[in-house]
Amino acid sequence: MTTTTAPRVVETPRAIARLRPSPRWLLHIVLVVIAVIWLAPSVGLLITSFRPPAAIADSGWWTAFSPARFTLANYEHVLFSQGMGQAFRNSFLITIPSTILPLIVASLAAYAFAWLDFPGRDWVFLGVLVLLIIPLQTTLVPVLQMFNGLGLNGTLHGLWIAHTAYGLPFAIYLLRNFFASLPRDLFESARIDGANELTIFSRIVIPLSVPALASLMIFQFMWVWNDLLIALVFMSNPEYQPMTVRIQALLGTYATEWHIMSASAFVSMAVPLIVFFALQRYFVTGITAGAVKS
Amino acid sequence: MKKNPVLGWAFALPAVILLILFLIYPTLRTIQLSFTQGIAFRPEPYVGLDNYITLFTRDPFFFNLRNFPPTGAFFTTILWLILFVPIVIGLGLMIAVMANAVRYEVAIKTIVFLPMAISFTAAGIIWRFVYSPDPNTGLLNAFLMAVIPGFQPVPWLGRVDLVNFALIAAAIWLYTGFCVVILSAALKSLPSEVMEAARVDGANSWQLFWRVTVPMLWPTIVVVSTTMIINVLKAFDLVYIMTNGGPRNASRIIGFAMYHETFQNGRPGYGSAIAVVMLILVLPFVYFNIRRFRVERQ
Repeated sequence: MTTTTAPRVVETPRAIARLRPSPRWLLHIVLVVIAVIWLAPSVGLLITSFRPPAAIADSGWWTAFSPARFTLANYEHVLFSQGMGQAFRNSFLITIPSTILPLIVASLAAYAFAWLDFPGRDWVFLGVLVLLIIPLQTTLVPVLQMFNGLGLNGTLHGLWIAHTAYGLPFAIYLLRNFFASLPRDLFESARIDGANELTIFSRIVIPLSVPALASLMIFQFMWVWNDLLIALVFMSNPEYQPMTVRIQALLGTYATEWHIMSASAFVSMAVPLIVFFALQRYFVTGITAGAVKS
Repeated sequence: MKKNPVLGWAFALPAVILLILFLIYPTLRTIQLSFTQGIAFRPEPYVGLDNYITLFTRDPFFFNLRNFPPTGAFFTTILWLILFVPIVIGLGLMIAVMANAVRYEVAIKTIVFLPMAISFTAAGIIWRFVYSPDPNTGLLNAFLMAVIPGFQPVPWLGRVDLVNFALIAAAIWLYTGFCVVILSAALKSLPSEVMEAARVDGANSWQLFWRVTVPMLWPTIVVVSTTMIINVLKAFDLVYIMTNGGPRNASRIIGFAMYHETFQNGRPGYGSAIAVVMLILVLPFVYFNIRRFRVERQ
């Protein structure tokens, strides 16, 4: 008994959960091929963005290291001569308020939905769940008309408000779930001690919800930074167009000028990639929880 | 729970006002616009059901039954659903299960998830590059020319019969990581006793996967599939950046058609009718979402 079954017993649960396709080297080959397929497109464009235009036209990026001819000129060109520098600044100008505002508005509402009792509360929250899934496209024309009437079309303010509103259903949904999971005793003892709701909200709920707020903040930041459709429709003023809109404009003129398109794409990818690698844990939580929003 | 109607509404009010102004009112207004020509974005002149009738009977780029298989944005969206959703889930599940068995699991998942961090705009540029017909730039053509003797470069995004498959492949590259991460988390939460019991009973890897892993992951698979279906129904960016609906309007999907008719073609009433079709298509998932929320709450 002890000798024959011993190998089974020492297996960790993880090892048992594994599926072991035989032979094992095949598994490694398949995974390496997958990794290569997933990396090659981006790596190819990245290498291209550092190659002189003549080299790009002459030979594939996969031959770029023999002989190695690399340059920063493409980046210099798109940043200073093709408006990507200004668009980079605009992306920040658009994204930062569009990340902070919905967080404030949504956390207040989420607190009310989780811990305050008011008439119609459950119906309003049900409404939020419905709005979670409404396609943006069904709102664009009337909002544009409203913006035209208010002079908000083509302004940063307009874009901030629009992103705030569009980000709300998901932000409220996520935060309400998190707030509701906080222990009830916390609220009751604070209320007995005479704390008012604003104090409970700012001193207890918010500090305890930092992980949820961080995930949401990163999700919203990435969503606004990467947005094309909303900016395309509401930002008619070229002065304030973000990088996504600038890139689609460049595409109209330079579709096959790969030294311009590759460098532009990577300028727009730099911040998301930094955020991704620096805050991967929060990022993955935010994106996966944000499954329903799009 | 504290009873305080004024305070509750005071906390919720800013959000409620924004939701009404930007989501509820505009949606109702779009429904109204869909029964008009929508000249200057105003609900006039009234045309009754004309937009819908045109959409489903006279617009070959939206709903065309004269070809087989049927073409147009509506059917191209269905092609996306049929191809994209099962492949992205299947591939995601396969990678999650395989990665679970190796030491470099985190590295694989990170690499596959990476496209989720970048914009569809940037991803569109990346894939235009891969598909370039010039074998000095396009990786796909260069690869096929190296592997298959005598292979001639193919303009993947320039051919009516290939463009949708090329776009769907790019979308799969984008979304697989999302499926891997969610399915892998679910996989790790499965009780190991079940796996062990099946193995002791003599199940091989293949049986274990189909008879144990897949059934136990089924609820997660359904949630991820729903998400992917909704993403397809709303998709716009990738098609706009990679093909702008071409060549010869072959790659239009519903989300793109709405934008194209409204803003590029100057037909807001007609575009609104397409938006309403989108709305009707996603509506069943509202029910699904609410039911899921109710389950989560218990």
